[in-house]
Amino acid sequence: MNASEPSKAELSVTAQSELFDRSLLMRHRQRALQAAKPGADFLLQSVAGDLEDRLRLVKRSFKAAVDLGGHTGHVSRAVLESGAAEHIVRADLFVADPNLPPPDLVCDDALLPFRDGSLDLVVSALSLQFVNDLPGSLIQIRRTLVPDGLFLATLPGAGTLTELRDSLTRAELEITGGAAARVLPFADTRDLGGLLQRAGFALPVTDLDTLTVRYDSMFALLADLKAMGATSVLKERAPTPLTRQILLRAAELYAENHSDPDGRIRATFAMVTLLGWSPDESQQKPLRPGSAKTRLADALGVAERKLDE
Amino acid sequence: MSEPSERPVDRKLLELLVCPVTKATLEYDAAKQELISRSAKLAYPIRNGIPIMLPDEARALED
Repeated sequence: MNASEPSKAELSVTAQSELFDRSLLMRHRQRALQAAKPGADFLLQSVAGDLEDRLRLVKRSFKAAVDLGGHTGHVSRAVLESGAAEHIVRADLFVADPNLPPPDLVCDDALLPFRDGSLDLVVSALSLQFVNDLPGSLIQIRRTLVPDGLFLATLPGAGTLTELRDSLTRAELEITGGAAARVLPFADTRDLGGLLQRAGFALPVTDLDTLTVRYDSMFALLADLKAMGATSVLKERAPTPLTRQILLRAAELYAENHSDPDGRIRATFAMVTLLGWSPDESQQKPLRPGSAKTRLADALGVAERKLDE
Repeated sequence: MSEPSERPVDRKLLELLVCPVTKATLEYDAAKQELISRSAKLAYPIRNGIPIMLPDEARALED
């Protein structure tokens, strides 16, 4: 294994072990924004609609709101539409989208530039899957919130693109006798819930919504991923690129194993939504052990018996 | 929308911002359109009213 040369564009100073190449992510995003293929933002649109519904249910009004990594404005618009905030700061990742109204600032979601305890609401859609140090980012986000401030985020979780991973691995194994990681690892829903709790969020909730998108072929799926700026940004990229032969075989395997009767292929996107509050005295908490005011035996309507009888 | 001239930076936004590296308070240099972090010795540019809060894009301060 050749040691990776230190890159000048080392973006994250907090991460110890780096899984993702953040400067590559920046280039992918730039390229996707410049190409701006219409319709390639369908996932983000669907996620934005979902976040809007969730915010409506919260029935709160937030003053200082931030859309973290909102590179298209869909999410910011959804927040405003929901009535949760009258104004939102749209923080773009790395670059400003040349084809849209400018964002309010540009930042890196691994190095947040917000003052501690200054934000009432932080929303993030389809961006935290690329952070090297997710626990660190979650802690930073929690610290920027005022007490009883809300964090709401959606990111792809385990199960996402599982068909693509399977087809590429099998094709590569068949042809070269080995296989490299071509698809990002995605976090498990339960693990994400644990991370929320460890980052100090109160009343954490995670849930999973699986979307299946159908395509004519694997190549149409790859084109969409490229247009989203979501092609792999793994730091330990395979020493050999995917050859045409491997790709063609993978497309065959994909069609064989993961298609519907009409011949179209299925791609899974497992969207995990995270919700957590910055701790506050006013929030409901479990009672202390031993503080019960009613006897369990009374509640159950039975006679109480001692254990050793 | 593509007005190349200076868009003023939102003062309310500046109140929320700190240095992403040190989380220290920033000084706003209106003439140079920069946000200065003394502790990190970095000056973050404000381009067309958009603060660019990336250490890689910041100007290193000497002294």
